[in-house]
Amino acid sequence: MTIVSMTVNGTAASADVEDRTLLVDYIREHLRLTGTHVGCDTSQCGTCVVHVDGKAVKSCTMLAAAAEGAEVTTIEGVANGELHPMQRAFNDNHGLQCGFCTPGMIMSGIDMVNRYKAAGRELDEAAIRHELEGNICRCTGYHNIVKSIAQAASEM
Amino acid sequence: MSEGIGAPVKRKEDKRFITGKGKYTDDIRMENQAYAAFVRSPHAHAHIQGIEASAAEGMSGVIAVLTGAQLTDDGIGNLICGWAISSKDGSPMNMGAWSALATGKVRYVGDAVAVVIAESKDEAQAAAEAVEVSYSELPVAASIAAALADGAPEIHENAPGNVIYDWELGDGDATEAALAGAAHVTEMDITNNRLAPNAMEPRSAVATYDDAEDHYTLYSTSQNPHVARLVLSAFYQVAPEHKLRVIAPDVGGGFGSKIYIYPEEIVCLWASMKTRRSVKWTAERTESFLTDAHGRDHVTRARMGFDADGRIVGFKVSTKANFGAYMSLFSSAVPTYLYATLLSGTYDIPAIHCEVLACYTNTVPVDAYRGAGRPEASFVVERLMETAAREMGKDPAELRRANFVREFPYQTQVIMNYDSGDFEGNMNQAMEAADWAGFAARKAEAANRGKLRGVGMACYIEACGIAPSAAVGSLGAGVGLWESAEVRVNPVGTIEVLTGSHSHGQGHETTFAQVVAERFGVPLDSIQIVHGDTDKVQFGMGTYGSRSGPVGISAIVKACDKVEVKVRKIAAHLLECDPDELVMEDSQVKVPGTNKALGWHEVGLAAYTAHNLPADMEPGLKEGAFYDPENFTFPMGCFIAEVEIDPGTGKTDVVKFVASDDFGVIINPMIVEGQVHGGIAQGVGQALLEEMVYDESGQPVSGSYMDYTMPRAEDVPSFVVEHHNTRCATNPLGIKGCGEAGAIGSPPAVINAITDAIGNNDISMPATSAKVWAAIRASGTGMAAE
Ligand code: FES
Ligand code: FES
Repeated sequence: MTIVSMTVNGTAASADVEDRTLLVDYIREHLRLTGTHVGCDTSQCGTCVVHVDGKAVKSCTMLAAAAEGAEVTTIEGVANGELHPMQRAFNDNHGLQCGFCTPGMIMSGIDMVNRYKAAGRELDEAAIRHELEGNICRCTGYHNIVKSIAQAASEM
Repeated sequence: MSEGIGAPVKRKEDKRFITGKGKYTDDIRMENQAYAAFVRSPHAHAHIQGIEASAAEGMSGVIAVLTGAQLTDDGIGNLICGWAISSKDGSPMNMGAWSALATGKVRYVGDAVAVVIAESKDEAQAAAEAVEVSYSELPVAASIAAALADGAPEIHENAPGNVIYDWELGDGDATEAALAGAAHVTEMDITNNRLAPNAMEPRSAVATYDDAEDHYTLYSTSQNPHVARLVLSAFYQVAPEHKLRVIAPDVGGGFGSKIYIYPEEIVCLWASMKTRRSVKWTAERTESFLTDAHGRDHVTRARMGFDADGRIVGFKVSTKANFGAYMSLFSSAVPTYLYATLLSGTYDIPAIHCEVLACYTNTVPVDAYRGAGRPEASFVVERLMETAAREMGKDPAELRRANFVREFPYQTQVIMNYDSGDFEGNMNQAMEAADWAGFAARKAEAANRGKLRGVGMACYIEACGIAPSAAVGSLGAGVGLWESAEVRVNPVGTIEVLTGSHSHGQGHETTFAQVVAERFGVPLDSIQIVHGDTDKVQFGMGTYGSRSGPVGISAIVKACDKVEVKVRKIAAHLLECDPDELVMEDSQVKVPGTNKALGWHEVGLAAYTAHNLPADMEPGLKEGAFYDPENFTFPMGCFIAEVEIDPGTGKTDVVKFVASDDFGVIINPMIVEGQVHGGIAQGVGQALLEEMVYDESGQPVSGSYMDYTMPRAEDVPSFVVEHHNTRCATNPLGIKGCGEAGAIGSPPAVINAITDAIGNNDISMPATSAKVWAAIRASGTGMAAE
């Protein structure tokens, strides 16, 4: 067992977990933040994406212990009083159907826009599609997810 | 009205999903919850010789190890297929026994043999690995060809030759005569590849037994919680219906795979009673590939005959369908009444005959997956039309135009009676949107870049609005396929609509509310849709087969009709006017042009205070209805795909995709278009990427996202989705349904485009780069382009 301490959505959290506990299980089962999902067992689907120290991470690929001291943001911590522009864009553009991939898509989308803005690069449709390589959606055919991220990119 | 029928209202349900507050089954944690892990067969076909559980039972956290023998002793029944199909000779289908935990034999890799219940998921999984099952392996039949070969291993003792049924529809003699006299016959062998449904939320179940009440509660990833309760109760004898509550909370996609009741739900319920603990199980993705019912898997030989003018004279189809190791809940209906009945396509065909041979194999059970039978039919019809046009030197669009059904109602030779449509209108719209006329220039431009460009069309039709109960009953269905609704107006005028439909991405909380808002002239926000809980909602049939619009909404409309009658009577009584003079708008019930008006809430209050109601009227304002459709509905459309292929690698890019659909009346175009987008991506996935592969020994080869290629954002383009709608003639709002169309029309459109590009018609799905590259080499097209 290991004691892990990190900041999750702005609040300090600390727990005694088994060494092999994955960050996603820590978030879902210990912190009971169930907006972060598990859609696969091979790190392919992206339903588990969270931000660790400001960067998108598949939380199924990281041990909770490896996030010691980190600032973690999950989908529950994205809205700041009002919806984040990325969240609003998904609603505006019908970027979700069953909603299962959506938290991961939003977390990946925010990260993608931040990275492109920081690098001064244009996030066009081809770039969005390329950047979504690690996120699978079975419902939307991606059409409206791409539109959602493009709208948020213009607003963020 | 901006919130009513036809308005692209943003979804009411989105907020909880975009903020991480959705409540899916795996998010639920009960007090006193334990975890189940299944011991699964590593062999495709074997006798179980013994199960040694004592080591596992002694492991940390283990509460119980349970086997099939105990399940049988406790009287839990076998899983069943609920649609009886008879063979040509009148004999019933050969349904083999399927126990939720195998006894005697295992029949596919993943067949559950035992279950471990433990304090934690990790402990359950560790103990499941320690359960020692000794097997003696048996010969395996992992494909249709292997199962039907002479001397094939017998999978079920009551299914000689592994045949489930040998069924037919249509007039065989007339069809053969027509083909014999045809000026041209196009003949093809077609395989429809096996798919894994892959809803992003894996299946999950949380079962709780309350011994004080002798009552069970099941949270489950179900598309149809009432059907689940009925089947769990009536057939599997888990608990009587009134002692079993099934709740399907937020469900993360279904596509058919969450219609069925699987062994895991049965076992979790039973284990919760055995252990007096809540029992939770959630599939890992590998388990989903191993156990979720797969889709498609047909092998077909088809012949279509034409007269000298290019009119179809006859169509003969012989299909072999793989059912996997057991008959899943609706498996038998898929390659019969959901397939052969659509083989007339959008065309006037005077003679059709279809034979279907269904067989067992040592693979996971196969059942309905988005489209279910209709994509297979559409693929056969539209591949033959395209190929015939090319063989006869005709324009594929013109060949279709010459054969379209033009008058309605139209009785096909295969049961269905099409009520409405303007097939040519949809084709014209799609051709215009796709700039069909400009294709040659685009092809030439692509050739300059070293790319092979091709165009493909498909005019699909499907049968939705499943289904008229008496009709399906006469065809063998074990259930009626109506839908129910209850509309409750509260004393303050807000409205709850309880529906037997279930939303797992379709947006019912918005669209159903739009219908009611428009009907009563009240705000969308004052309406709440309630679904998915057998304790709250009256019996209903659930969501599949694009039925929630045409059937589910029709039930709501019927309940609204009854509410409206009572509202008018109450308001007329209070306003001293004629009930027929009243209109309902702007949250008022009023006589236009006068000052006679009541607030909508005042009518609600009057109904519940009951101080001043018409004589003999009961208090309250709530009505229920059951709607049984009088016919199927027939959404159709024309899809056009354009592809560009790199002749050096065989890689295919879908560069343009245009859909023109006829869905009848549309409630929310934004949501309808989203359904089409998702369906097209699934169809493009089938055409280019996806295949569930088993090797000869029955081992799944593509059982993870490392091996099974899901369509990703870069694999599909943005889509052009247009509508040319004709009203459905057989339900109150004229809705046809839209949930499966995209997945039905897109595979033939994409394959027709690829074969056009490479000049070689011999390509099967999925058209991977390797296959396309080889086909280019075989046809020599690649050399020409290079
Ligand atoms: S759960 Fe699929 S990538 Fe993490
Ligand atoms: S919205 Fe269902 S998986 Fe993306």
